[in-house]
Amino acid sequence: MMSWLFTGMLVLSLLFGILNGRMEQVSIAAVNDCGNAVTLILQLAGVMCLWSGLMRVAEASDLTGKLSRLFHPVMRLLFHDLPTGSPAAKAIVMNLTANLLGLGNAATPLGIAAMKELEKAAPQKGKASNEMAMLVVLNTASLQLIPTTTAALRLANGSAAPMEILPAVWLASAVSICAGIFMAKALSGRFH
Amino acid sequence: MNQISNYILPIVIVFIVGYGFIKKVPVFDCFLAGAKEGLATSAQILPALVALITAVGMFKASGALDILTYALRPVARFLRLPQEVIPLAILRPISGSGALVIFQDILQQYGPDSFAGRVASVMQGSTETTFYTIAVYYGATKVQKTRHTLPSALTADLVGFFMSALAVRLLLF
Repeated sequence: MMSWLFTGMLVLSLLFGILNGRMEQVSIAAVNDCGNAVTLILQLAGVMCLWSGLMRVAEASDLTGKLSRLFHPVMRLLFHDLPTGSPAAKAIVMNLTANLLGLGNAATPLGIAAMKELEKAAPQKGKASNEMAMLVVLNTASLQLIPTTTAALRLANGSAAPMEILPAVWLASAVSICAGIFMAKALSGRFH
Repeated sequence: MNQISNYILPIVIVFIVGYGFIKKVPVFDCFLAGAKEGLATSAQILPALVALITAVGMFKASGALDILTYALRPVARFLRLPQEVIPLAILRPISGSGALVIFQDILQQYGPDSFAGRVASVMQGSTETTFYTIAVYYGATKVQKTRHTLPSALTADLVGFFMSALAVRLLLF
């Protein structure tokens, strides 16, 4: 699926680049943006180390275990084949908590840790398990309770009430997440 | 509100380390062991990031966005989305920084409290950079077949866009 996306985007950029007479910009982007990916990963590496380290500490003190027992009802609903105390379940719970708190930078390393644990337990190597797909779908939706960046930009642009969008954001996120969960459950039988 | 978010991160970090310390965990050694793993993970996801960011960069540079915005007008009308937010809806799943720039543009051009400004705000706040998340999360594993991940995530995005306009109509106008 990602191969389709990758190829599609590249072919479209060639096509539109020719049509718009913007081949120079496309060519510059091809050279520059692969370097940007390295810059991004260097920035990410620090956060990644920080949260992988903190995750290990939280595990050793059984903080993750306590948290995963707290999340037990939600976890049963979304990942019902996953044992509550398993390393994967603990990492998922940490990832979801970070998302809810709006710690987007922390959520990524924790989510990746969860993916690696889920991969160990996956029935078929090289294929996403239902749990892996569910975790990624949850992370592609926005679980953040307070969208701080959005509100800050609204304020900077002179909004009279930057936070007035909150109920609308919650409603839109909730419906969107439910749609994602529903599709992930409904489609899991169709893709082998 | 921004004050609150400034408190959350430091409190969480101190809480995790402090709790570990009280529970007699060798916090520093534990941290180092974990952080080492984080470094390896960063290197592991780099190839996926190079692929995605290069493709998105070329796509944006080609001016495809303008043409797609035009082509998707009927779809936006069907979903009852204001025309002004179409570029944001296209860019939101593929590029986080790109979406932020477009979002800023919309706020500046139409005002944060206009209908388009509010819909854009709700959209920005209720969706995530889908393709980036998929690339990074699976990039850290050996998974090649992502199965139903992409269709499910994109459905959630589409529903999110539609709901953004609906929620603003219901709750703010």
